[in-house]
Amino acid sequence: MQVPERKPLLSIEGLTKTYPGVRALDAVDLHLYAGEVHALLGENGAGKSTLIKVLTGLTGRDSGRFVLDGQEISPANVIQATALGIGTVYQEVNLLGNMSVADNLFLGRQPMRLGFVDKRRMRQQAAQIVAKYGLKIDVAAPLGQLSVAVQQIIAIARAVDLSARVLILDEPTASLDTQEVALLFDVMRQLRERGMAIVFVTHFLDQVYAISDRITVLRNGRRVAERLTRELPRIDLVQMMLGHELSETALHRHKPENEAGETLVRFEKYGKRRYMAPFDLSVRRGEIVGVAGLLGSGRTETAKLVFGIERAETGSGRGLVSIDGKPTHIRSPREAIRRGFGYCPEERKTEGIVGSLSVRENIILALQARRGWLRRMPRRQTDEIAARYIRMLDIRTPDAERAIQFLSGGNQQKALLARWLVTEPRFLILDEPTRGIDVGAHAEIIRLIERLCADGLSLLVISSELDEITAYADRVVILRDRAHVAELSGSDVTTSKIMTTIAA
Amino acid sequence: MRGSLVPLLITVGVFLAGTLACSLEFPHFASTLVLGDTLTDNAFLGVVAVGMTFVIISGGIDLSVGSVIAFTCVFLALAIQRHHVSPWLAFPAILAITAGYGAGMGALIHYFRIPPFITTLAGMFLARGLCFVLTTDSIPISHPLYQHLYLYAIDLPGRGKLSVIAMIMLAVVAVGMVIAHRTRFGANVYAMGGNRVSAEMMGVPVARTTIMIYMLSSGLAGLAGIVFSFYTSAGSSLAATGVELDTIAAVVIGGTLLSGGQGYVIGTFVGVLIQGLIQTYITFDGTLSSWWTKIAVGILLFGFIALQRGLAILSARGTRAVAA
Repeated sequence: MQVPERKPLLSIEGLTKTYPGVRALDAVDLHLYAGEVHALLGENGAGKSTLIKVLTGLTGRDSGRFVLDGQEISPANVIQATALGIGTVYQEVNLLGNMSVADNLFLGRQPMRLGFVDKRRMRQQAAQIVAKYGLKIDVAAPLGQLSVAVQQIIAIARAVDLSARVLILDEPTASLDTQEVALLFDVMRQLRERGMAIVFVTHFLDQVYAISDRITVLRNGRRVAERLTRELPRIDLVQMMLGHELSETALHRHKPENEAGETLVRFEKYGKRRYMAPFDLSVRRGEIVGVAGLLGSGRTETAKLVFGIERAETGSGRGLVSIDGKPTHIRSPREAIRRGFGYCPEERKTEGIVGSLSVRENIILALQARRGWLRRMPRRQTDEIAARYIRMLDIRTPDAERAIQFLSGGNQQKALLARWLVTEPRFLILDEPTRGIDVGAHAEIIRLIERLCADGLSLLVISSELDEITAYADRVVILRDRAHVAELSGSDVTTSKIMTTIAA
Repeated sequence: MRGSLVPLLITVGVFLAGTLACSLEFPHFASTLVLGDTLTDNAFLGVVAVGMTFVIISGGIDLSVGSVIAFTCVFLALAIQRHHVSPWLAFPAILAITAGYGAGMGALIHYFRIPPFITTLAGMFLARGLCFVLTTDSIPISHPLYQHLYLYAIDLPGRGKLSVIAMIMLAVVAVGMVIAHRTRFGANVYAMGGNRVSAEMMGVPVARTTIMIYMLSSGLAGLAGIVFSFYTSAGSSLAATGVELDTIAAVVIGGTLLSGGQGYVIGTFVGVLIQGLIQTYITFDGTLSSWWTKIAVGILLFGFIALQRGLAILSARGTRAVAA
C-alpha cells in the first residue's frame, strides 16, 4: 500500500469533526502525493464534503492535523488555504459569469500600469493561460456564455495560477457530458504530469478507474481504506462504499404466484439530456419495484422524472407513458397526482413536511390541494381523516394538532406517507423511506410498505439499504452513472447480486 | 462583456431615434443651444446617477441620494449665506460629511447585514429630516461665486454654451468610466454584483468595497447637491424630492441590470440624456403637461426592464446552445 521512498505532499492525520449529534469525521487519515490523482469516495453522509470544508478552512475541526510539505498548516479561511497552495473547484463553479474570462482569471491581481488596470496585458496573459489548457476561446467573452466544462477548466486554471500545489475538485463532472469529461480529464492528466496533487470527488466509478491513481473510501465519517486504484477491484470498492460483504445471505421474500398482476404504469424511453439516460420501466399492480445504485447514479432523478418534477423529453418515440395500457402524459406533479401518483421525497425537511403546520394539516395537504383551495374541506372531515391515519399508521403524536416538526423522523415519515395514502393513490414513489429513522421505526415502515402492497398499491421504492430492498422488492432496477443498467427479479434479488451488478 | 453591450446599444439607439424624431418635428431642436441646456438642466442628475450606477452594478440600491442633495443645498445656503463661510471651505466640508454618511450606511449594510433598501430608506428619512431641523425656509444664495458662475461657461459652436455645472457632470462621467473599467475597485464592484459569495471566495475585500460604494454614491450626491445649489442658487428642504427614483430610472434606462453585475457608466449618461430629451420635447411642444415626462419615463422603464428579462432568458438559452 505505501510507497516507502515517496513522502506525501499533504497528509491529513486523525481528523475529527463533530456537529451537534453527528460525528461527521472520525480520526480520518488521508495522504496526497504530488503527481497523483486521488479519488475521494463515499456515499451520503460519509464525510467527503466535511473533509473538504475543513481542509479549505470553511469550517473548523475538533482535532487532527494537516501537514503540507513537512509543515503543519491550519488555514482559517478559503483565502488562506489558497495562499498556502490549496485550491478548490466546486461543483457549482464559483466564478463570476457576468465578467470576462480574463477578469475571472485575474480578479484581485490584475496587472497594473500607472495605477490603472492594464487591460491589454491582462488579456494577453489570460490568452496565454487559456492556450496552455488547449482552449480556443475569446478571453474577453463573459464567462457565463461558456459551457460548464470550460468554466470548470477556467476555475482550475485560476486555482493553479494562484500557485496551487494541491487541487481539490469537488464533483467537477456532475453536470458534464462524455466529451466534456474527456476534456477535463486531459487537463487533469496534464496537471498530474506537472506534479500537482489532485483530490477528485466523484460518484462515477468509471471515472474513478479512468483517471485516479489512489482511492480513499469514507463511510459514516470513518476512513475505510486508502488503496492504489490498480490494486482495488471494483467489486471490493462497491462493498467498501456500501458496507456489505458478498457472503451475506439474501432475505428475499419470494412472492407467491399472484406476481402476474397487470401492468399499471409503463414508461418508455423516459429520460432527459444531461439528467438521466432514457429508461424503460413498468410497474404491475401490487408490485414493489426497488431502485438501487450508488449515490449520484440517478435514483432520485428517476423518481423526479416519473413524478413529473423534471419533464422527460418527448418526441420520436421517446418519453412515452401509459397507464392501464392507455397512453397519457405526465408533465407536472399536478398531472401525476391527478393520475393517482404519490411521491415521498428523500429530503423530508425541505421537500416534504411543512414543519410549522400541524400533523393533521400535513396529512390533508395533498388531498386538499387536489380538491383545489376553493373547495375547502370541512374541519370535521379533516379531523376524522387525520385521526384515522394516525391510528392506522401508528403515528406517535400527543395529538393531531401538534406541529409536525416536533415529531421524530420516523413519525414524520409516516405522516408523509399518510398524506399520500389519503389521496388513495394507485402508484406511490418512496425515496429513501427509512433514511434518518431509528432502527425500530425502520421495521415498522417496511411492514407498512409490505402491507400497502398487499392491498394492491404499486410502489417504486428507492433505497440505499440493500438489505431492505432485497427484503421487500419483487424486482430491482440497478442504476449506474445516470442510466438504468439492469433489472433483477425473482431469486436474483440478493444483496450480492445487486452489488456485483453495480460494480460490473 | 459583449453580451451586456446589447442593452447599451439599444439605449443609444433610443436616444438617437428620439433626437432624430424631435429634430424632424422642430427645426431648431438639433442645436448646440438645446444640447448645452439639456446638459446644464440635468447636470445634478448626471452626477448622482454615476454614483447610483456603481451601487446598482454591485447589486444594491441607494434611496437616500435625493435627501442628501437637499441636505447639501440647505447646508450650503446656511453656511454661505447666513454664516458667511467661504464656499471653498463649505464645499470640501459638505463632501466630507456626505461621503462619511455613505460610509456609515455601507458599514451598516455590510456588518449588520441590513438590506441596502432598508438602510438607505432610513438614510433618506434621516437626511430629509435633518434638512428641516436646520431650517424650514428656502434660503437664496447670493454669494459672488454663485452670481458669476455663468461667466466661466465655454462657448460652443452655434449659440450654445457649456456651463460649469455641465462640465462638472461630464468630468464625473469620465472619471466614473475610468473607475469602473480601469481600477481594481471597479472590477470588485462588478464581481460583487455578479455573485457576492464567489467574489468573497475569490478574495474580493467585500467589506471595504461595500463601504466605498456607498461612500462614492453619497459623496457624489453631495457633489450633485453643490451643482444643484449652483443651478437654483438656493437651498430648500423640499428640494430634489423623488430624485432618487429619477436617478434609478436613468441608470436602468442606461442599460444597467437591476439585479447587478452588468452596466456601463456611459449608458447611465445616455439614460440621463434621454430623460432630458423627453423634457425638452415637452417644452418645445408647449401644450403637454410636464407630467408627461413621468409617463414617458415610466413607459421607457417598463420597456427596458422587459428587455432585460428577455435578454436574460435568451442568453440562458444561448449558453445551453453553446454547451450542447
